[in-house]
Amino acid sequence: MNAIVEWFTDPANWTGPDGVPTRLGEHLFYTLLALSIAALIAIPIGLWIGHTGRGGFAVVSLANSLRALPTFGVLVLLANSFGIGLAPPIVALVVLAIPPVLAGTYAGVQAVDRAIVDAARGMGMGEREILTRVELPNGLPLIIGGLRSATLQIIATATIAAYVALGGLGRYIIDGLSVRDFAEMAAGSILLALLAIVTDLVLAGLQRALVSPGLRPAQASRPRPRRLRAVA
Amino acid sequence: MIEFRGVTKRFPDGTVAVDALDLTVADGCVTVFVGPSGCGKTTSLRMINRMIEPTGGTILIDGADIMAGDAARMRRGIGYVMQQAGLLPHRSILDNIATVPMLLGWSKARARARAAELMEIVGLAPETARRYPNQLSGGQQQRVGVARALAADPPILLMDEPFSAVDPVVRESLQDELLRLQAELGKTIVFVTHDIDEAVKLGDKVAVFRQGGHLAQYDEPGHLLARPADDFVDGFVGRDRGYRGLGFRSHRLPLGELTTTSLGSPAVGNGAWTLVVDDASRPQGWCARRDGADGTAVTAEHLVPGGTLYDVTSGSLRSALDAALSSPSGQGVAVAGAGRVVGSVSADDVLAALASARAEEAAA
Amino acid sequence: MNWGWIPRNLGLVAELTVEHSWLALLPLLLGLLISVPLAWLATRTPLARSVLVTATGLLYTVPSLALIVMLPLLLGLQILDPLNLVVALTIYTVALLVRSIADALDAVPSVVVAAATAMGYTPLRRFVAVEMPLAIPVTVAGLRVAAVSNMSLVTVGAIVGLGGLGLLFTDGFQRDIPAEIITGIVVVLVLALIVDALLLVVGRLITPWARTGQAAGRQR
Repeated sequence: MNAIVEWFTDPANWTGPDGVPTRLGEHLFYTLLALSIAALIAIPIGLWIGHTGRGGFAVVSLANSLRALPTFGVLVLLANSFGIGLAPPIVALVVLAIPPVLAGTYAGVQAVDRAIVDAARGMGMGEREILTRVELPNGLPLIIGGLRSATLQIIATATIAAYVALGGLGRYIIDGLSVRDFAEMAAGSILLALLAIVTDLVLAGLQRALVSPGLRPAQASRPRPRRLRAVA
Repeated sequence: MIEFRGVTKRFPDGTVAVDALDLTVADGCVTVFVGPSGCGKTTSLRMINRMIEPTGGTILIDGADIMAGDAARMRRGIGYVMQQAGLLPHRSILDNIATVPMLLGWSKARARARAAELMEIVGLAPETARRYPNQLSGGQQQRVGVARALAADPPILLMDEPFSAVDPVVRESLQDELLRLQAELGKTIVFVTHDIDEAVKLGDKVAVFRQGGHLAQYDEPGHLLARPADDFVDGFVGRDRGYRGLGFRSHRLPLGELTTTSLGSPAVGNGAWTLVVDDASRPQGWCARRDGADGTAVTAEHLVPGGTLYDVTSGSLRSALDAALSSPSGQGVAVAGAGRVVGSVSADDVLAALASARAEEAAA
Repeated sequence: MNWGWIPRNLGLVAELTVEHSWLALLPLLLGLLISVPLAWLATRTPLARSVLVTATGLLYTVPSLALIVMLPLLLGLQILDPLNLVVALTIYTVALLVRSIADALDAVPSVVVAAATAMGYTPLRRFVAVEMPLAIPVTVAGLRVAAVSNMSLVTVGAIVGLGGLGLLFTDGFQRDIPAEIITGIVVVLVLALIVDALLLVVGRLITPWARTGQAAGRQR
């Protein structure tokens, strides 16, 4: 334990190319990059599929079976085929982030009450307006939910990507492992856990801020159907 | 015997559902708790098997305080039927009925044999035994609910609005079934309903509750209709209470003569209408005089449907009056035994009988 | 591609498959055994629920490699002890299951619970005989997700030298044998799909009532 505290208090670990700020910055950069690319690809497709209802079954089955794909294996295979560098791991991160974003977007749009969509059409909205003004805001909770799980997936997989020579916080674990420096490994793990938890909390906050108050569960209906408390 | 002694239920939010209730439920009778929503009738019922625990007073069953002893064990000795049958969705119908016997430690074979027996008693087809509750109609589910409550042969049956979720036709048949069962079994039944007609039909005694958990009147249904204790009960009992009250008066009625004929025979007699009966002298319908006056045989086409029948063995003044009013000839058909015609009743006779019954009551 | 690697190493693949399977399935079983009482606790009081949901949510967020590395320190185990992996995957399984089982228990109609109580079930017996059986469909759905993700996560253990099919990834990468990596991916996928299908079938078999009447219509 003392060794871990020492590691954190050692100024050498906070500067230079192997310092915490750099590694954290790298990890955030990979995450943001992969997430943005995945979102740019998956959200429009998800919106279109959800709006038209065409291909929904294929999307759900695809997302489900991709969950069974071992991410570490995909990462290693890409690195093996295309060599070490930034591109192969980022491609792997994007590929793994697409299913949750796609599934979330599709489900979000699909779950919008058809009566609301009919009412919008009845009021004279065009298909484009229905998509952007009705389905998108109403489907937002599930869409952001998809982005949240994709982000966690990317942060975790980017850690493993240190094994195929990517930077980021995973380096502490891989480098520590090769020289049996357990303090470094533990420090890396703690930083990673913190990064993941803080990121998730930020996204949860964002989800709350972006979603219309009208879509929050009403106070009255908030408690789940409780059993009668008087029952002994 | 179930006794409420100063029983109060105050919920944590301060509402008083039942306020110092004193009431005694007699053995072997159907006692109905009736009243508007929020009157505490259901709370009172649920306190009997401790689904809700009283905050004041005591409830005694055969002299023993219900709060002494284990609640779960006590509940196994009290049948409970609720509004949405509340069947266990993951058990077959047979196993649903066998639930309480199994809880009591009966062998599986014995519990299932008992369940099969009960299915027959409540009129469930044997092939439903292996089905699951969601494959049954609401009325059938309610029958299963009753069978389940009776499975361990408990002396007491609590019924919490058991028939209010089924359609009126099914409800009526379930009510009749319950009366038939009760005539055989003689259980102590406490029945909750918000429907005064159901209360009056089923109850040997009816307790009318008013808002705030007060008992407004506790009486036999005939008395309730004839003499409501106050405006609240009067308003709750509703319109036509005088007419409905006739249902609780039975009085010997003089039976008039009735000329009858049968299909294929000519109409006879001097009246404008002749009653057509079958071989067992059960009524088939009426035939107007002109149709048979020329001596031709009465055929099925001549038949005019009759009104309701007055059963002299169990009949009330209400059914006699209704028979007279609903008959095309103005003569109510009185039947006995297996539906055999024994004579006629007229509306005048019913009113005369009512007058003499009142005179006797006044003299008594 | 050196596909010749496969026929020469069938024995190794079989051995790793067996090891991989128990490393993934043992945590599934342990996770189920731990989750049921925790879920029961979560439905008892709102406080227990929010503590459990928050705690399991946080644990679920921790990246797998970080958890596998941290556990030896917390548990005082050697880093190469397979128990680390079993504990880590059990934690993920519990994190996934507690919430869904608790939701399923809450979804048991209150009228059914009231009926069971009125017939004289004690609370414990009611939980075992009525509430838990009715929560089976949702529990099985959660188990399927956990099983599939466990199958994939076991491979991460290979980074720190733990066993299972992940060793095909590290070995294939270091010795540049793509066929070995691809074999690993395919076998993991097939294992995941088999376990998923098995759970689906077992789930159906033990819930015959869910396939009848209106329930069948509701499942879509």
